[in-house]
Amino acid sequence: MRYAMAVDTKKCVGCSDCVVACQTENNVPIGYCRDWIVEVTDGTYPQLEIEIRSERCNHCENAPCVRCCPTGASHYSDGGTVLVKKYHCIGCGACIASCPYDARFPHPEGYVDKCTFCLDNRVKKGMDPACVSVCPTKCLYFGDLDDPRSPVSQILKKRKYKTLIPEAGTKPHLYFLI
Amino acid sequence: MREEIITSGRMNPMIDPQLHIWHWHIPLYLFLGGLAAGILFFAALYTILGKEKENPTAVKIAPFITPILLVVGLFALFLDLNHQAYFWRLYTTIRLESPMSWGAWTLMVVTPISFIWCALNIKEIFPRWDWKFKFLYDLDAFFRKHLITMSWILLIFSLILGMYTGILFSAFNARPLWNTSILGPLFLTSGLSTGAAAIILMSKSHEERLRFARIDIMLIGIEMFLIVHMFMGFLASTQVHIEAAELFLGGPYTTPFWLFVFTLGLAVPAILEVLELRKFKVPFMIAPILVLMGGLLFRFIIAYAGQASRWLY
Repeated sequence: MRYAMAVDTKKCVGCSDCVVACQTENNVPIGYCRDWIVEVTDGTYPQLEIEIRSERCNHCENAPCVRCCPTGASHYSDGGTVLVKKYHCIGCGACIASCPYDARFPHPEGYVDKCTFCLDNRVKKGMDPACVSVCPTKCLYFGDLDDPRSPVSQILKKRKYKTLIPEAGTKPHLYFLI
Repeated sequence: MREEIITSGRMNPMIDPQLHIWHWHIPLYLFLGGLAAGILFFAALYTILGKEKENPTAVKIAPFITPILLVVGLFALFLDLNHQAYFWRLYTTIRLESPMSWGAWTLMVVTPISFIWCALNIKEIFPRWDWKFKFLYDLDAFFRKHLITMSWILLIFSLILGMYTGILFSAFNARPLWNTSILGPLFLTSGLSTGAAAIILMSKSHEERLRFARIDIMLIGIEMFLIVHMFMGFLASTQVHIEAAELFLGGPYTTPFWLFVFTLGLAVPAILEVLELRKFKVPFMIAPILVLMGGLLFRFIIAYAGQASRWLY
């Protein structure tokens, strides 16, 4: 089982619904977020191209955060998701510095927090992650890459896609449809 | 033109607009750890070589400051943690892939030995010291008997301690400035050089001072060579590494690094030490103080500049 997510950059309008849904579902403290919107503008007026991406932890297959964690708090969990064991984390910040996507942040309570793909609170109960389920343009696809019938496998078969900084060697599990 | 903006949500303090996860604690600790590693390395080395008599300060006096350096450094590390109540988790796991885990365990070896080293030499400072209890005298005798074994352990672990302070940074491929394997040997050399400087400052014997001035000149030479090599490597590498080097070649860290670290912290003390060896009258305190200040500033600059360097996407 390998959980992954695909983000359709052609359909995403950057409404931030995914951000708010995540904050609500996961009780993310005010002023922090586990997912966010990036808007990239390319070119010179009037020839402009815009790409909107809903970004979050890439749940890398070769995760630098898991490698550098001195206590094993950052670990691979079910379906290859990268999670943090709250009471093993000492808050040293090594994983935050090691993430090329800057997906982690120190929770005000001290441990390090990040996107969990809503593994325990939703996915294991058969639901999609909160961000996927609320997206008004249906631009987020979630599922198991090993299951050819999952929404994410099917959309990746049909569409062209990219990952972020593949040259960092992290083998990310967050795909962007282009 | 390409412009990338985060339009929503991402306002996580300590990450936006640039990483600020490690503050003064980490570079201060890296300096103190490197300095302690340097002093203990020379103490162990001259004990193994059987040259305690020629180097009384290096073997017997200078190690007295290392427990203080290590404890202050460890306290700084502890202050840096965000989840302080769980710091003991470091010692319930051994993770070979994580340099921080290596460091935590190395300190567990080096710190007790530094205390034992001081206890063995306590009579150098307090000539009328009395251990009072028999078992303390027995312990004293035990460590004295195994002094050479302990020195070998200390020699190896002080090298690991000096080296790991650099590897801690170089293991992060997300921060291109840190992501160079030269940082390990560079921090080790700098640690040994600051250790030699501290010994010169504390030494009362002119001959010992000159010996360590000679060692220091050699270490400074290696350090300058490694620094130049590091920038050559960056400039011959990918765009992210080129941009990391540009922080120091025209960017915001140019003056602090090349003036205060490279010139005042390395070149000037090396010249002063050469002059001293050539029998010119130079106040001997100046060079080691410059080396120590340069070493401290070097770690601050690398820690902060590294957090400003990043991948482009």
